[in-house]
Amino acid sequence: MKSLEELKAIREKVQSQMNLRDESGTDTRVVVGMATCGIAAGARPVLNKFVELVQGRNLTEIQVTQTGCIGMCRYEPIVEIHEPGKPSVTYIHMDAEKAEKVFNDHLLHGNVVTEYLIPAKMQA
Amino acid sequence: MMPEISLNVLDVAQNCVRAGATKVRIDVDINRAQNTLTISIADNGCGMDEDTLAKVTDPFYTTRTTRKVGLGVSFFKQAAELTGGSFAIDSKTGEGSGTTVTARFLLDSIDRMPLGDMPGTMHTLITMHERIRWQYHFSAYAEDKPKDDSSFLLDTKELKDVLGDVPFTEPEVSAYIMDSLKENSAEVLRNAGIESI
Repeated sequence: MKSLEELKAIREKVQSQMNLRDESGTDTRVVVGMATCGIAAGARPVLNKFVELVQGRNLTEIQVTQTGCIGMCRYEPIVEIHEPGKPSVTYIHMDAEKAEKVFNDHLLHGNVVTEYLIPAKMQA
Repeated sequence: MMPEISLNVLDVAQNCVRAGATKVRIDVDINRAQNTLTISIADNGCGMDEDTLAKVTDPFYTTRTTRKVGLGVSFFKQAAELTGGSFAIDSKTGEGSGTTVTARFLLDSIDRMPLGDMPGTMHTLITMHERIRWQYHFSAYAEDKPKDDSSFLLDTKELKDVLGDVPFTEPEVSAYIMDSLKENSAEVLRNAGIESI
């Protein structure tokens, strides 16, 4: 069984790093639909992939969160990206592989991956 | 239908979040002597009145306004009952009175879907809803006598007490939570002589 002692060591290490961080200008949000429709369509691997990539690079300015059903169940798994000062972007029929491409192209380099976007006329 | 039981748990537990729960306890108990896999999800959220409770397993009932169906609880019920098991919900309205969902699956039924990635489900719930106190109890009993180490309890209050203001989403903390869920679950299964579930 894993012990809480290990966690104490992690806290001490992480706390010293946290103090050095600049908290200004935060927060791009990656929102994954995780209602019944999303989960059944495969939202969990998508969410996990974003979390893994964002945490792996320690990108504290990107928040990965989840939301419920937004009423477009046939397009799940759906991922919305909200960046400060930009219109939000909705990706549909996502999977882990597409999530990786969106992470690399969109989140890291600012290029929207147009082939995964929801068609404009379908927007709720 | 969901492809694995753990996804039903992930889905149904979102209802606890929406009910404003501050504490949610999830129990997964494997009992080979009784041939059962029992899952219970208990919260201290706002609960449901009698009318709602009577309709909650109806797939064409939902309190949502974004769509007209409510499949989460219905899927969970169907998955349990298909195995010859049972399903129950107990709930009362009023702050903190809460809801308890219990699904019992027959282990050896050919219609039982795999338990699936429960550590992954718990990790998602814990890291995405940090303000909630999650308690996850996992136990497995062999057919003969249960050994001492055949269960574990992860209580996020214990983690919080150690971590102070360091959030669960910190990469190393998040990895610790995932690893302990995985390792402890594997140990419980090993002690009970269960290879896969």
